[in-house]
Amino acid sequence: MLHYVIKRMGTMVLTLAFISVIVFVVIQLPPGDIVTSTLERMEASGMQASDEYVQNLRARYNLDKPLYLQYLNWIFNFVQGDLGYSYIYSKPVNELVWERLGYTLLITISAVIFTWVVAVPFGIYSAVRQYSIGDYFVTVVALVGLATPNFLLALLVMFFAWEWFGISIGGLYSMEFRDQPFSIPKLFDLLSRLWIPGSVVGMGGTAVTMRILRANLLDELNKPYVVTARAKGVKPIKLIFKYPLRIAINPFISTLGLLLPTLISGEAIVSMVLNLPTTGRMLLQALLAQDMYLAGSFLMLLAILTVVGMLISDLILAWSDPRIRYE
Amino acid sequence: MSEAVLERPQPITTETQEELNFLTPRQLAWRRFKRHKLALISGIVLIVMYLVTGFAEFFAPYATTSRNVGAINAPPMNVRFFEHDGTFHLRPFVYGYDLHINEETWAREYTENPEKIYPIRFFARGETYELWNLIEGDIHFFIAENDEGEGYIHFLGTDQLGRDVYSRVIYGGRISLSIGMLGIGLTLFLGVLFGGFAGYLGGWVDRIVQRMIEVLQSLPTLPLWMALTAALPAHWSSLRIYFGVTIILSLFGWTALARQVRGRFLALRNEDFVIAARLIGSGQNRIIFKHMMPSFLSHTITTATLAVPGVILGETALSFLGIGIRPPIVSWGVLMEQAQNYQVISMTPWILYPGLFVVIAVMAFNILGDGLRDAADPYNIGGQ
Repeated sequence: MLHYVIKRMGTMVLTLAFISVIVFVVIQLPPGDIVTSTLERMEASGMQASDEYVQNLRARYNLDKPLYLQYLNWIFNFVQGDLGYSYIYSKPVNELVWERLGYTLLITISAVIFTWVVAVPFGIYSAVRQYSIGDYFVTVVALVGLATPNFLLALLVMFFAWEWFGISIGGLYSMEFRDQPFSIPKLFDLLSRLWIPGSVVGMGGTAVTMRILRANLLDELNKPYVVTARAKGVKPIKLIFKYPLRIAINPFISTLGLLLPTLISGEAIVSMVLNLPTTGRMLLQALLAQDMYLAGSFLMLLAILTVVGMLISDLILAWSDPRIRYE
Repeated sequence: MSEAVLERPQPITTETQEELNFLTPRQLAWRRFKRHKLALISGIVLIVMYLVTGFAEFFAPYATTSRNVGAINAPPMNVRFFEHDGTFHLRPFVYGYDLHINEETWAREYTENPEKIYPIRFFARGETYELWNLIEGDIHFFIAENDEGEGYIHFLGTDQLGRDVYSRVIYGGRISLSIGMLGIGLTLFLGVLFGGFAGYLGGWVDRIVQRMIEVLQSLPTLPLWMALTAALPAHWSSLRIYFGVTIILSLFGWTALARQVRGRFLALRNEDFVIAARLIGSGQNRIIFKHMMPSFLSHTITTATLAVPGVILGETALSFLGIGIRPPIVSWGVLMEQAQNYQVISMTPWILYPGLFVVIAVMAFNILGDGLRDAADPYNIGGQ
C-alpha cells in the first residue's frame, strides 16, 4: 500500500507541474498586460507616462524578464505560499482567496454527499425493480437532470423558492447572520442552507452515478452466485447488500475522481447565480481585468483541489480493492 | 459524463443466425438502432431542430433585431380557436395586447384585448429576409395579421427591447446546435489523431499522450474555458468569436475519444487480418487507413455524438456569463444572459424558454448517442 501511495503521489506532483504550465500560458494569453491597461487608463485621463516610468512599472511586476523566468518566479513563490498581488483589489492574493476557496470546498463536499445519498438508494432501487414504473420515473428524472445546465437549475430553484415560499435563497447565510461574527447558531444557519447549492451542483453527477450503479448492480444480480444464494433462501435485503452491492460500488468510488472536475466547474457557475461568496464571481472579474496573479491563483488552486480530490478517491479505491495496488 | 445513461435494449432475436449472416454491417446496425425506440425519437427530434434552425429565416416570424415597441417584456400569447363569446374559427388566432401601467409599481402590465383579433396565416408574406445571406424572400412559415395588415404574434413573449423570444430561440438554436456539430468535428479530429498516434506507435509517444489525457481530465473545465474565452480579443467580430469559442470548447473534450481510439488500435495491432496485411507487404498508411480505421471508425464517430452535449452546455454557460458568443449573434446562452437574478425572472419568466430547448436538445443527443453507440458496436453482433 505504501508503495502505491508514494507512486500515486509522484504522478500527482507531475500532473500539477503540467497544470501549472497550462495555467501560466492561459493567463498570459490575452494581449496586453496590467502595465498596458494602467497606461491606457492614464492616457484616458490625460496623463503622459515617461518611458522611464513604464520601465519601472514593468520591472516592478517582473514583466521585463523573459517568459520562462516569469513562470519560474511565479511558481516558486506560489509553492512557498506567496500567491502574488492583486491589482484590482490592491491586496495580496493570499488575503482574498482562502476564504472563498474554503466555501468552494464546502459546497463541493456537500455536492458529493448529496450525490451519494441520492444516487445509492435510487440506483439500487432501479436495479432491483428493473423496468418498473419507479425505474422509468427515476430514469427520466436522471436524463432531465443530466441535460439541465447547472445555472438554469439554480435560477429555477431560486425562482420557485421566491414565488412559492417567498424566501430568498441567495447567499450562504440568512439575512440576520450575514454581518455577524462566527458563532454556533451561524454555523447551523450555514448548514441549513448548504443543501441548496449542494443539490444544484450535484444534480448532473447524481444522474450519472445512479445510472452507473444501476448498470453495475444489474450485471452482478444476474450472476450464478446470486441465483444460488436466492435458491438457498437468503433474505432479499441481505442478498443485495452482502455481495452484489459491495462489488457494484467499487467503480462508484473511481467515478468520484472523474466527477470532481465537473462538480468544481459546476460550483463556479452556480455560485455566481446564487450569489455565494465563493471563487466563481471573483475569478470572472479577475479574468476580465487581466489581474493575472489573482486569476492564476484561482485556476491553480481549483486544479489542486481537483487533483487532490482525485488522489483521495484513488487511495480509497486502492484501500477497498487490493487488486489495484498491485497493478 | 454521459456514459451508461441508458443500458442496452434487450436483444429480441427474431432472425435466425443464418439470416443475420447475409446482412451487411450497416444493415445490422440499422436493425439494432431501430429497436431502441427512444433513440429513434431523439434522432427525429434533432433532425427537426436542425431543419427548423437551418431555415430560421423562414420559420421565425421575425428577425433577431426586429422590435415591437408596443410590446416590451410582454408575456406569451395563447393561440386560440374560440373567441371569448364562444365563436369558433377554423383558422387559429391570437389576441393583441393592451398595455396598462400599474399605478403602484409603475410596471407594464399586458392584458389580452378581445377586440384585436390577429389570425395566424401560414406561408404568408412578412418581413423580408436573406436566407443564409444568399436568397432574398419574405415568405414565413406563419405570421399573424388581420385584414387591415396589422398584427403580431409572440407566443413565447418578448424581451426587454420588445424582440420576439420565439424568433430569437430559433436563431439562437442555429448557433448553439451548429457549435455542437462543429465541436464534434474538431473533437473527432483531435481524438483520432492523438489516440491513433498513441495506439499505433506505442512506446514513449503513447506515454506522453496518456499523461496529457490524464492532465486534461483532471482539470476543472469551466474555469479554464472562462479564462480562454475571456482572452479572446474584444475587437474580434462576432463570427470570429464564434469559431474561437468552438475551438476552445473542443480543446478539452477529445480525451475520452482518444482513449477509445487508442484502445482499438492496441487491440487491432495483433489481429490476424492486420498481421496478414503487413506480411503481404502493405505500407503503413494502407494498413492504418484501409484495414484498421474502417473496422472501428463508425463506432468512434457515433461515440463522438456523446461529446455534443458537453459542447452545447459549455457554450450556453459561457454565453450566459457574457464571455461566450457575443451579440449581435444570438445563441441560447446569450438569450438567457438577462436572467441573472430572480427579480428579472419573476417579472418575465418567459425569458427562460431558451433553457427548455437546451434541455431538449441535450437530452436528445444523450439518448441518440447511447442508441448509436450500441447499434454501431462491431462487437455487438446481432444485438447480443
